[in-house]
Parts: sequence; C-alpha cells; structure tokens
Amino acid sequence: MPKKDGSVVLEVKDLVVSYGAIKALKGISFTVKSGEIVTLIGANGAGKTTTLRTISGLLRAEEGHIFYMGDEITNKQPHKIVQMGITHVPEGRRIFPDLTVRENLEMGAWTLRDKKLKQDKMEAVFELFPRLKERQKQSAGTLSGGEQQMLAVGRALMTEAQLVLLDEPSMGLAPMLVEEIFKVITEINEEGKTILLVEQNAEMALQIADYAYVLEVGNITIEGDAKEVAANPKVKEAYLGA
Amino acid sequence: MGSIFNLQQIINGIQIGSIYALISIGYTLVYGIIQLINFAHGDFYMVGAYAAYFAVMFSAARKEHPNVLIVLLISMTAGAIVAFLSNRIAYRPLRYKPRLSALITAIGVSMFLEYTSSAIPAIGPSYRAFPQSALIPEHTYKIGHAILSNYQIVNMSVAVVLMVVLTYIVQYTRIGMAMRASAQDKDAARLMGIDIEYIIDFTFIIGGALAGAAGLLTGITYPRINPYMGIIPGLKAFIAAVLGGIGSVPGAMLGSYILGFSEVFGMAINSILGEGIAYAILILVLIFLPQGLLGKKTGEKV
Ligand SMILES: Nc1ncnc2c1ncn2[C@@H]1O[C@H](COP(=O)(O)OP(=O)(O)O)[C@@H](O)[C@H]1O
Ligand SMILES: [Mg+2]
Repeated sequence: MPKKDGSVVLEVKDLVVSYGAIKALKGISFTVKSGEIVTLIGANGAGKTTTLRTISGLLRAEEGHIFYMGDEITNKQPHKIVQMGITHVPEGRRIFPDLTVRENLEMGAWTLRDKKLKQDKMEAVFELFPRLKERQKQSAGTLSGGEQQMLAVGRALMTEAQLVLLDEPSMGLAPMLVEEIFKVITEINEEGKTILLVEQNAEMALQIADYAYVLEVGNITIEGDAKEVAANPKVKEAYLGA
Repeated sequence: MGSIFNLQQIINGIQIGSIYALISIGYTLVYGIIQLINFAHGDFYMVGAYAAYFAVMFSAARKEHPNVLIVLLISMTAGAIVAFLSNRIAYRPLRYKPRLSALITAIGVSMFLEYTSSAIPAIGPSYRAFPQSALIPEHTYKIGHAILSNYQIVNMSVAVVLMVVLTYIVQYTRIGMAMRASAQDKDAARLMGIDIEYIIDFTFIIGGALAGAAGLLTGITYPRINPYMGIIPGLKAFIAAVLGGIGSVPGAMLGSYILGFSEVFGMAINSILGEGIAYAILILVLIFLPQGLLGKKTGEKV
C-alpha cells in the first residue's frame, strides 16, 4: 500500500459547479496526496457536499478538471469512477433501509467479482464493526443512527478503492459515537487508504487530518497543514468557537 | 347454486387475478425504480398476445404442432423487446427531465403502439380469433357444479411459476438486490458502482416479459385479441399495483388477486354494477391506506 510518498491521488482544478443560476463552487482547486487524511471544512452551505458529489460524478462540473491518479475523471459516470477506485460515504448515510445489513455490504462490493475477496472484505468490516456482524440479518433501517453510520462506512470499505470520500460522518451522532467514528477513520487511513474528509465538526477533523482546506461559500480561502490551520486565528474564531 | 362465493367464482377470480398480477408487476417494478407510471405497459401485453398469435399461426400454416413453452418464450421475448426499446428510445432521454414529460411520453408510446399495430395489415384494427385450440386442445373438468378448463389450469400455473421465478430473482440474485437497492436510493446505488441504466434496462425487460406472457395467457383463455386489448387490463393492473402499494411486488400480486376476486364476485352480485363494486373497494382502501395495502408509508427516515 502506498503510504505518504507525496504522490498526488486526487487533483481538483478550478472546479465550477452550479445549481441552475446559483454557483455553488466558484472555481476551487485542491489536491489530496497518497496516504493522507485531507479535510475540507466549512459552514453549512459552503459547498462541501457539492464538491464530493461532483468528484463522484453525481453532479456535473461546469468548468474545471478532476484527476484521479493522473487520469481525468471529470464528468465520468459514477459507476466508472467507483471502478477506478474512489468510494464515497454520502451525507446522511444513505444506507438501503429495506436491505439487510449483509445485503448492504454486498451492494458495497458490487464492483468485486471475486467471491473470496468479497468474503475477506466482509470479515474485515465485521472485525472493524462487530455490531454489524451481530446484526447482519436485520434490515438496515432498524439500526440506530450510529450503527447506520458504521454501516455506511463499512459498505464503502467493501470496494478496492484507494480513496475514501467521507461527507460529515459525525453528523447527528452523540459525542461518544463521534469519537468512535473518528477513531475508525484514523484506522482506515493507517491501513493504507487515502481520505478526503468533509466536516462541519472542524475541531475533530483538524485533529486527525494531515492537511486542511477551508471552504467558504464556494471558494477555498485558507489551506495548510492541519495543525497550522487549527492555529489560524480566523479559523479559531469562525470554526473552533474560540 | 346458492352462494355467490362458489368454486366457479373462485376459479375465475384466481384466473383473472393471475393475468392482472403478471401485468401489474411490471408497473410496480418500473415505478419503483424510476417513478414512471408506464402507461404503455398494457400495450406490451398486447404485443405479447400478437407474438403468440403469429407464432401459432405460423406453425399451423406449416402443419406443425406449436410447442406451448416455445410460444410462451416468444411472447415473453416480444414483450421484453418492446419494453426495452420503449425505455431506450422514449424514456431514457427524458430521465432527468420533469416527471410530467415522461408521463406524457408514456401515453404517447402507448398510443403509438396501438395505432401502429392497427395500421399494420397483418394485425389490423379489428378483433382476431386467437387460435388457442391449435395450441392446446381444450379439455374441461367438472368439479361439483364448477367447470375448470385446462386453459385455466395452464393460465394459473404458468402465472404462479413466473411469479415464483420473479420473486426469486428480486429477492435472491445479485441483480435483484441491485434492483431493490436502486429503488430505495438511486444515488446511493450509483455510489456502489451500479450502472443504474443497466438496472433500468433489466427492469423493463423483466416487466415486459411478464406482460408478454400475460398476453399469451389471455389469448388462450379469452381468445379474442385486438390492438387495443391492453388498455383496460393495463389500467386495471395499474390500479391493482396502487391498491397493493405501488413499488411493492407482493403488493402488486395481492392487489391483483383482490381486484380479480372483487370483479368476479361483484359481477355475481349484480352483473351491471359488478365492476363498480370492485372500484368502490379500491377507493375505500385508498382513503384509509393511501400508501396501498403493502406500500411504504412515505416519510423520511432519520
Ligand atoms: N439540489 C440543490 N439545488 C439547489 N441548490 C442547492 C442544491 N444542493 C445544494 N444547493 C446549494 O448549494 C450550496 C452548497 O451546498 P452544499 O454543497 O450542500 O453545502 P455543504 O455541504 O457545505 O453544506 C448551498 O447554497 C445550497 O443551498
Ligand atoms: Mg453537506
């Protein structure tokens, strides 16, 4: 697994995305390097979800380019992007409520053809989230919010993806669960996955991230090593409640 | 004969219900996945009936005895092909456009299939007798006062087998799981790497094949076919799907049998009011259960 060797996994260049007449992203650029946790923080409505959905191909880029491992993926279809190695845990979890926990994980493995590999991935997910193993036959809609978030993350780990996009994984969770989910993100990263983490919970995100970008109404205004960004007075005032 | 709830009525109810069920499954599957009320779906059934008609006539002309299974496959394939093409040519280009456009297009596809069929000389606008006895010679059996024909047996058993196979596909196969996932959350399904258009194609093909089979089964039990034969059963199957809870496959089956039975019993009570009674039931059910019998209550899950 490529660790932090400085190679660029994801490059977003001058990205513009609109909803009708509203420009949600006004030409943002950023990079995510191999083995790192990069966080994109910003207030509600800043354009974080829009950014991730455009990378995944769910939204169309109006201008600009997105490269994954040097290949252009701008406006490719979502299923092609997943096959290339990007997995996305969407905002609000978006598990399949009427499928069982196990079926949800199998859907996560849609791109895997090898049965053995699929089985191994499932075991690994169950090891990471023992609760999911206990509840594998239950329909996912009956899980608690925290368990659903675990399932959403577990489902994304059923692929061979190198890059994991996480959209506000801590949203709506009790403080203890927030701790747990951030711990899991660190573990996933240590196992070799590169992570782009979108969060409103800037404090936690900056604690685990290597590098950070601040998004404000469609523009990136601040960037730097996560520690520097956390120490930035503007960031402290606006996002860290200090 | 005393009670109207006699064996004959039950047989007839199952038989009509089976036809509605095969059609209504396609409505519900397509609606479940793209929220389109595919008004052309009844016409896929008509195409299935004509495909069977031509297959039987062709064999008869060559003095061969047509094989029922092959004719069934032909009608299912014909239904699947028109369904697939309707989706690719008419619905897919409108996928992310306002829903009303797709709905109007569906009505357009329906009329196109009906008028084009009547304009084709080999089909024509008028009724044709379906050569059911060239396919299967008729036998009838008396059970008490009731009469059961082998046509009805074929009809009901083919329908049941197809519904079992369909249920198996939807519940236990990889693609069936993807159909269910896509119906629940299309964007999430795409993020799993599922090519949603492939799933939609597959859904149309399955729905069209079942409707095509219903066309053949109708041909052998009510042997008069014409290019407009799909309109009323199509509407009724749609109603059955709504009654059962649109989007739900077991709901579509349940709704279809309820509708079949209420029609038959309604007619037995009063042959003029008969069908009206069936629809009164429908309205009552929907007033108290707007989501249908097995449908999901709408409301976001947090
Ligand atoms: N489907 C949509 N239609 C119209 N505007 C949208 C839509 N989704 C998001 N927006 C707008 O785009 C901007 C960015 O939204 P979003 O990317 O969801 O922000 P964030 O994830 O940072 O909270 C907001 O102003 C929001 O109102
Ligand atoms: Mg968001």
